Amino acid sequence: MADLKITGLHKYYGSMHAVRGIDLEIPAGEFTVLVGQSGCGKSTLLRTIAGLEDISSGTIEIAGEVVNDLAPRDRDIAMVFQNYALYPYMRVYDNIAFGLRARKTPKQEIEEKVQRAARMLAIDHLLDRYPRQLSGGQLQRVAIGRAVVRNARLYLFDEPLSNLDAQLRDEMRGEIKRLHQELDKTMIYVTHDQIEAMTMADRIVLLRDGRIEQAGSPLDLYERPATKYVAGFLGSPSMNFIPAQLVSQDNGLAVRLSDGALLSLPADRGNRFSRHRDREVTLGVRPEHISRAADDALRPGVVCHEVTIDLVQPTGSRTYATFLLGGVETVAELKAHDVSAPNETVKLALDMNRVVLIDPASEEVL
Amino acid sequence: MKLSQRRNMRLALRYVAATLLTLFFLFPIYWLFMISFKTADEIYAYPPVWWPSSIQFSNYLVLFKDGDAATVGNSLIVAGVSTVIAMFLGTICAYSLARFRTGGENLANWIISQRMVPPIAVVFPIFLLYVWFGWVDTYFGLILLYTAFNLPYVIWMMRGYILDIPIALEQAALVDGYTRWQVLWKVVFPMCRAGLFATAIFTFVFAWNDFIFALVLTRTEVATYTVQVTHYFGGQSNFWGKISAMSVLGTLPIFIVVAFMQKYLVRGISLGAVKG
Ligand SMILES: Nc1ncnc2c1ncn2[C@@H]1O[C@H](COP(=O)(O)OP(=O)(O)O)[C@@H](O)[C@H]1O
Ligand SMILES: [Mg+2]
Repeated sequence: MADLKITGLHKYYGSMHAVRGIDLEIPAGEFTVLVGQSGCGKSTLLRTIAGLEDISSGTIEIAGEVVNDLAPRDRDIAMVFQNYALYPYMRVYDNIAFGLRARKTPKQEIEEKVQRAARMLAIDHLLDRYPRQLSGGQLQRVAIGRAVVRNARLYLFDEPLSNLDAQLRDEMRGEIKRLHQELDKTMIYVTHDQIEAMTMADRIVLLRDGRIEQAGSPLDLYERPATKYVAGFLGSPSMNFIPAQLVSQDNGLAVRLSDGALLSLPADRGNRFSRHRDREVTLGVRPEHISRAADDALRPGVVCHEVTIDLVQPTGSRTYATFLLGGVETVAELKAHDVSAPNETVKLALDMNRVVLIDPASEEVL
Repeated sequence: MKLSQRRNMRLALRYVAATLLTLFFLFPIYWLFMISFKTADEIYAYPPVWWPSSIQFSNYLVLFKDGDAATVGNSLIVAGVSTVIAMFLGTICAYSLARFRTGGENLANWIISQRMVPPIAVVFPIFLLYVWFGWVDTYFGLILLYTAFNLPYVIWMMRGYILDIPIALEQAALVDGYTRWQVLWKVVFPMCRAGLFATAIFTFVFAWNDFIFALVLTRTEVATYTVQVTHYFGGQSNFWGKISAMSVLGTLPIFIVVAFMQKYLVRGISLGAVKG
């Protein structure tokens, strides 16, 4: 059963149309990540769920009950804010207990719950401190602890990790996911960071300009993007987009690049694209689907192409190589020692089983 | 000269200057206190008596015996009650202005402009009004007036302090299960405690120091100490002893208030509430 159901949701700030028709169902216990560029309406959507913003039209149901007109406190929601929202004049203990006190929880129970949450988040030694005496990572744990003790029906996170440095962010990402597994609660997590979305989500909802561009499991979106926007948003480095033409070749199909290179499509995929024959397309290739061509026979559907490397960026485990393909700067993610220096001419293999073809006009994936 | 010596020298100069300035500003207050303890002869003595031969409380005793000291009590009542009311109403109005944009962008500016009105321009129309209502020389009349006059100031100041509170602190409390009123008590007031006290002090001091309204709107029942002092400027002679004793009584509460609230006058308790 859906724990949260949003139907036809619109939100205007004055004349600014921030949320433009959202329909969304979130099953109980799921970890959903709302992801999208800054300003696409993620926070607004989250805040309408919490009841912190009025909605212009549509309905929001929590556990089958329409909550449109319920005050935030009556929605049984816990929320973690981007800037922690801790009270500087209260000790950590009181910050965590704050939500329980609003609900007249017995003192003994508060004590137990705060201690349990603090142990879970490894902040039990900080309970007597004030927020100003804590580091960013500790503040974040307190903020999460404050939500966790609540035992709410729905947990909302608005970019909780964006103020932390990279290493701490990786660590907390894992912890929040672990917390979800332990608590088994419905959680909605907002971020602009596609890596956070990919690593944490049971389901990603990708927002663009106040609408849902695509929703699905992380790998679903990654491997079967519905639009060019989704294909380009997920993955780092991003997918390469190369203008091309879909042409006949022998009795199959091939993609012809502007420099004349002809890349044949595997037969099973060719059938799917046949009705787009002789049309302009955009070829989408992920960097990891380009590799250094081995001398031995290529797998079916893999084609070879010779390029001159412009730029080499080793990361340690992998090396990013940049070169021109069909007149466009293209990035390949190669093995660490596959290329060593710019201006090297190498033979690369493109896995045509994994490429996407995009209609340049509608930007939809074919 | 070595650098450290030069630094010490500069420090010494600074202390000397600070001491001189302090003496300069404290002298009238010192003089006021001294006069209040002198006998009439000493007050008029020439050359002036810097330190009375014996500390005399007779000036004060007279004030208490005649009941004149009660006017200080009147001042306390009207200033205290009007401050409490103005702070309460003003803070609520300020919250509404800050968080709900009540009255749009300009209402706040319009409200503060009310405070700029010169008292002398409104005191006589108010007097006529008060005569009509029978509020002249009543606590109610003075308290109402001071409250009304201080409200714009309180609203303006508190609106600024409230706007400085990160809104997420309030929203977190709303989500956590608190009502708006509880959010005011548990979040807004503690977050702008320094501002509340600082504003309250200025509000109190305005009412405490007011002369013109009290002069016109009181007679005998609720005359404040500022009005009472003027009664000692006689036709032929001024009662300097009484004047100074009454003035000391009027100054003491301000000293006490400021001494206790000093740390709140220095703003900054809520800085760094939210990082980011
Ligand atoms: N209180 C507000 N008043 C007016 N416009 C707002 C307000 N809050 C957000 N917006 C606008 O709505 C859009 C979506 O904002 P937001 O939901 O905060 O985006 P995100 O969280 O995805 O970065 C943005 O264009 C933003 O400028
Ligand atoms: Mg946001």
